[in-house]
Amino acid sequence: MNSATFSVHRGPMAILARLSRMIMPAIVLFWLAMAFFGHWVAPYDPAGIQDADLFEGMSRKFWLGTDYFGRDMLSRIIAGARYTVGISLMATSLAVTAGVLLGLAASAIGGFFDTAISRFLDALISIPSKMFGLVLVAALGASIPVLVLTLAVIYLPGCYRINRSVAVNVAALDFVAVARARGESTFYIMIREILPNMVGPVLADFGLRFIYVVLLLSSLSFLGLGVQPPEADWGSLVRENMPGLPYGAPAVIMPAIAIASLTIAVNLTIDSAFGRHAREGIR
Amino acid sequence: MEPLIDIRDLRIRARTAEGPEIEIVKGVSFSVRRGEVMGLIGESGSGKTTIALATMGYARYGCRIAGGTIRIGETEVTRLDGKGLQQLRGRKVAYIAQSAAASFNPSRPIMAQVIESALIHGLMDEPAAREKAIGLFRAMAIPHPETIGNRYPHQVSGGQLQRLMAAMALITDPDVVIFDEPTTALDVTTQIEVLKAFKEAIRDRNTTGIYVTHDLAVIAQIADSITVLRHGEVQEIATTPALLASPAHEYSRKLLAAAEPALRASPVTGETSAPLLRVSGMSAGYGLIGKDGMPAVLVLRDIELTIGRGHALGVIGESGCGKSTLARVIAGLTPASRGTVTLDGVDLAPGIAGRSREQLREIQLVFQMADTALNPKVPIDEIIGRPLTFFFGMKGAERERRVRELLDLTHLPASVRDRLPGDLSGGQKQRVNFARALAAQPKLLLCDEVTSALDTVVAAAILDLMVELRRELGLTTMFISHDLKTIRAICDDIMVLYSGRVVETMPAAALETGHHHPYAGLLLGSVPALRTDWLETTPAASLQVQGVPPALSSGGCAFFPRCPRAEPGLCDTAVPPLRPVPGGIEAACFRLDAA
Amino acid sequence: MNATIGRLLLTRLVAAILTLWFVATVVFVITNLLPGDVAQELLGQSATPEAVAGLRKALGLDLPPWQRYLEWLWNMVRGDAGRSLVNGSPVAALIGSRLGNSLILAGITALVAVPVALALGITAAVYRGSIYDRIVGAGTVLAVSVPEFLVASAAVLVFAVQLRWVPALSQLGRLETVLDVVRTFALPVLTLTFVIVAQMARMTRAALVDVLSSSYIEMARLKGAGQARIVVWHALPNAIGPIANAIAFSLSFLLGGVIIVETIFNYPGIAKLMVDGVSTRDLPLVQACAMLFCGAYLLLVTMADVAAILANPRLRHR
Repeated sequence: MNSATFSVHRGPMAILARLSRMIMPAIVLFWLAMAFFGHWVAPYDPAGIQDADLFEGMSRKFWLGTDYFGRDMLSRIIAGARYTVGISLMATSLAVTAGVLLGLAASAIGGFFDTAISRFLDALISIPSKMFGLVLVAALGASIPVLVLTLAVIYLPGCYRINRSVAVNVAALDFVAVARARGESTFYIMIREILPNMVGPVLADFGLRFIYVVLLLSSLSFLGLGVQPPEADWGSLVRENMPGLPYGAPAVIMPAIAIASLTIAVNLTIDSAFGRHAREGIR
Repeated sequence: MEPLIDIRDLRIRARTAEGPEIEIVKGVSFSVRRGEVMGLIGESGSGKTTIALATMGYARYGCRIAGGTIRIGETEVTRLDGKGLQQLRGRKVAYIAQSAAASFNPSRPIMAQVIESALIHGLMDEPAAREKAIGLFRAMAIPHPETIGNRYPHQVSGGQLQRLMAAMALITDPDVVIFDEPTTALDVTTQIEVLKAFKEAIRDRNTTGIYVTHDLAVIAQIADSITVLRHGEVQEIATTPALLASPAHEYSRKLLAAAEPALRASPVTGETSAPLLRVSGMSAGYGLIGKDGMPAVLVLRDIELTIGRGHALGVIGESGCGKSTLARVIAGLTPASRGTVTLDGVDLAPGIAGRSREQLREIQLVFQMADTALNPKVPIDEIIGRPLTFFFGMKGAERERRVRELLDLTHLPASVRDRLPGDLSGGQKQRVNFARALAAQPKLLLCDEVTSALDTVVAAAILDLMVELRRELGLTTMFISHDLKTIRAICDDIMVLYSGRVVETMPAAALETGHHHPYAGLLLGSVPALRTDWLETTPAASLQVQGVPPALSSGGCAFFPRCPRAEPGLCDTAVPPLRPVPGGIEAACFRLDAA
Repeated sequence: MNATIGRLLLTRLVAAILTLWFVATVVFVITNLLPGDVAQELLGQSATPEAVAGLRKALGLDLPPWQRYLEWLWNMVRGDAGRSLVNGSPVAALIGSRLGNSLILAGITALVAVPVALALGITAAVYRGSIYDRIVGAGTVLAVSVPEFLVASAAVLVFAVQLRWVPALSQLGRLETVLDVVRTFALPVLTLTFVIVAQMARMTRAALVDVLSSSYIEMARLKGAGQARIVVWHALPNAIGPIANAIAFSLSFLLGGVIIVETIFNYPGIAKLMVDGVSTRDLPLVQACAMLFCGAYLLLVTMADVAAILANPRLRHR
C-alpha cells in the first residue's frame, strides 16, 4: 500500500499539479487587473447596445456573445469585475483588518476585554450569513457603501475568531513570556512579537474570506438585492440574463463561470501557498 | 544457533515536504538470537523507532521500506502482502509504544483492547482471553487485576497503563516484542516500577525483544546487546557489558560520557555572605481568586528558599510538582498570592507591572524549549540586541559590538547574527537563549529545564557553558530540572519539590550520604545508574510505593499515600515542617528517624 | 448519564436560548432603529403628514424603542409575529402555509446528502493520499467555490432544457405518483445536495484523518487489525463529535442554499417568502423568517454539541 501512495508524485497528476500552481495565481492576477484597468481593454462600451441580436452566441465579433439588450457580454463581464472584485476586496480588507486588530488585542490584553468581545462576536456567528445579508439589505437598502459594510460586518465575527485563536496560540509561547518578563508594553508585544507570526494564517484567511464574500455578494445580486441596475456585478449579470437560460445563451453561463474561475483560482492558490491544512478549522 | 531476528542492509526512505525522498535508514544490519533483547540506542533522528517498526513490516505515513531484508524466524517480512502482515503483527511480533495514554483507544474499555489481538488472530475465545489477561495483570503487579480491565484508559494512571500495554502485547505469546521507549514518558519513580515489571516478564517468558531508547542507563538494565545508531547508520554493536566497559566507537564514548555527567567544579568557595534571593511563605497558583485571596488551583504552598550570591540552586521534582511555576513566580509572570520574594534585600512586587525596569533586568528567565522561546520571525541580532536597547539604550555600532561579545561568550559564530532561529540547530538555539538573558546583565538567572529537550551530547555542552558562565560572570542561578544527574553535575545546593511543597533542601555533597526525606530517598534511588545490575541492587526497587500523587491538600503530608514510613494519625493530619538533619540537610518529615 | 453530562447539556441549552435572545435583539435593532421611516415608505412620498402619523400610531411606531422591543419580543415568544405590512395578513399564517414545503425540501436533501457526504469523506480519509482522495479533494474544492445559482442554472440547462426530463420550475400540487415527486424535487434537491455534500465531505475527511493518525490507530494496526475493523471499531467512535459537527455545520449551509434554490426554481417555501419580503421591505415578515432560520441554525449547532458531549468517553465514564 505504501508504494501506491507515492506514485502520485510522479506521472500526470504531478504535471497537472505543477501546472495548476502556475495558472491559478495567474487567473487571480488577471481578474485583479481587469477590475482596475479593465476599461482600457474592453472591446465595447459595456452599456452600449450593439448592432446584434439578443442572446447571440459566441462569435469573433462578440467573443462571449450578447446579452438581453444585445450588449457585448465580454465588455460587461470586464466591467462587472470592477464591482465584484472591488466590493469584495474592500469588504474583505475591512473585515480582516478589524478581525486581526481585535483578535490581537483580545489575546494580548485578555481578561474582561477578551471575554466581552469574544462572547459578542461569537453570538453574531449564529446568524447564517445569507440571512444576515438579507436582514441588513432589507433595513438599509443596497447602495454600494452599504453592501461593503454589510459584507464586512457579516464576516468580521468569523475573521475575529480565527485570528484570535491564532494570536492566543502565539501569545502562549515562551518568547512572549520572555518579552513580558522584560517589561515590554502590550503594544510592542502585539506588533513585534505576535503579529509577525500570524502572517501566514492571516493571508490564508484573507483568501478564504474573499471567496465567501464574492459568493455572498453574487448571491445577493442574483436575488436582486445586491448591486442595483444600471450598475452590474457578475451576480447581477446572471440575474438579468436568466431569460436566456432556455436558449443556453452564454450571457447566463459566462458571468457565472467568471465567478467560479475567480473563487476556484483563489482557493487553489491558497492551497499551494499555505498547504491544504490552511482551510481546515476556518469557518 | 540461527538468530531469530535477522535484519540485513535495511533501507527506509521518507518523503519530504518538497517532494523528493531522502534515506533516513541507510543500510542497517543486526541480528537477535532467541531469548535475547537487543537495545537500539540513539538520539532523535537516529532512525531507531523507524527500524523497530520496520520489523513489523510497518512504515509510518510518508515513509517506506526501500530495500534490504527483515527475517523473523522463517518469515521474510519484506515479502509479505497485506494479509500476511496482518497475521504477523500482534501475533508473531508485538509492540509496546512510548505513550500508553495515546496508544489506548479512549472510547473502548481496557480489557477489550488488551484481548483484541488474541481474538483477531483466533487464538482463544473471549472468556479464555480475559482469564489470561487477568493472569498477566497479576504478573505485572497491576493493582486490582480482576476489575481494572473494565475501566477506560483515562481512568488509569500512566505507569499502570504502560504495564497494561505490556500485557496487551504478551497476550498472544508473541515470538518477538518491540519496546519503543516504553518508560520515557514516565517520572523516574514510576519508571523503576515499570522497568521492574518488564524485566521480570522478559526473564520469565524468555522473550526475544528489541528495546528502543535514548537512555543508556535504562537499556543497560534490560538489553543483552546494544546497537548504537546515528543518522540512520550503525556505529557499533556490542554486548551490554562490553559497551559499558570499553566502547569502541568514538560516538559511543560520547554517549557514555553524556549519560553520566561529570561533576563540574563549582566556582563558589567557602561560605557566602547575605543571600541574593530569598523567598518566604510564598503560595501561588492559577484560576479565579477565591474569597481567601487564594487562587482556585494552588500549585505552590509555603515555599521557603534562599540562594547565596554566586550559588547555583537545583530544583528537582516530577512533572506537575510546581517547579516551573516557581520560576514564573520569581520572575513575576505568575504573581504570588501570598509571601514575599526578596532580591538583594529589596522586596519585589508580585507582578511585572509593579516592578521597576531595573528589577526586571536583574532577573532573567531561560526557558526549556528554545524553539518556542525564540521568536521564529526575528533575526538573532535583534533577539539578543533588544534587551540591550530596552535596558541600556544601546544603538548602532555599540549594540552590534555587544551582540558580538555575547555570541562569543556563548560560543556562537558571529555569522548567525542575521539568521532566523529556524536556521539554527537545537544546541545553538539554546545558546542564543542564554545570550539574550545575559544581555540584560542579570544578577539572577532562572533556568527552566534548559537541557531537557536536547540530545544528551548537546546537553552536556550546554552544561559546560553554564559552568563557564558562572565562573566568568559570577552569576547566581536557579536550575530547574526533573533530572537529578544534570542538577548534581552543576549545582551547589539542591531543593526537592513534591506536590507543591519543599520536602527537602541539601548541599549537593550530601546527596549520596545522610538521612533523606522518604520521597527524596525514593527519587535518588530511582535514577538508573550505568551498570547492568542496578535494577536488582537499588534499594528503591524494593520500596513498595503505589498510587499517584494526590491533589495538593492542606490536611497532611502530600507524600503520605505513597510513603513506606507513613504513620496514620500523624502524617495525614499535619503538614511536617522543614527540620534540620545532620549533613546540612533540612527535611520535612515526622518520621526521619524511623528509617 | 451522570451529573457532569447533565450540567454540560444544561449549559448548552441555556447558551442556545441566550444566543437566540441575542440574535432576536440584533434583528430587532437592525430592522427598527436604523434610518428610514417605514410608514412614510409604505404610503409613498405623496402621503399627507396626518396619514403617516396615523399609520405610525397603528403600527406602534410612536412608542419609545425599548417599549416596542419588549412588546415585539413578548409577541415573538408567544408565536405572534404581527401582520404583513404589504397585504395585512398575519405573518404566522403566511409562514405556516409555506413551512411544510421548505421542511420537505430540506429533509429530502439531508436524506440524500448526509449518506453521500459521509461515504465520500470516510473513504477519502481511509485512502488518504491516493488518487481517489486527490480527486475527491479537488472535486470538493471546486464545488465549494462555485455559487449555488451556477449549479442550479447548469442543472436546468442539462436536465430541463437539453434532456427535458424534468420541468424547470417546481409545481407543487400535482404529487400523485412517485414520478411526480421525483420530477418536482429532482432539480432543487440535486442543486442543494451538490452544494452541501462538498462541505460535509471535506470536514468529515479532516475529522477522520485526525483520528486515523493517532497513536491508538497505529497500535491497532500493529495488533494485526484489518482496515474495516480499524475504521469501524477504533476510529469512528472517536470521530462522532467532529462528524456531528460537520453535519450540523453543512446542514446550516442548507439554510443559505435554500434561499437561492427556492428563488431560482420558484419553489413556494419560506426562503422565497423572505426574499420577497426583503424586496418589498415587509419588515415583520423579514423579522419572523430571520428568527426562524436563526432558530433552526442554533438547533442544529446545539444538537451537534450534545452529540459530541454524549460521545465523549471521558465524560461518559468518570
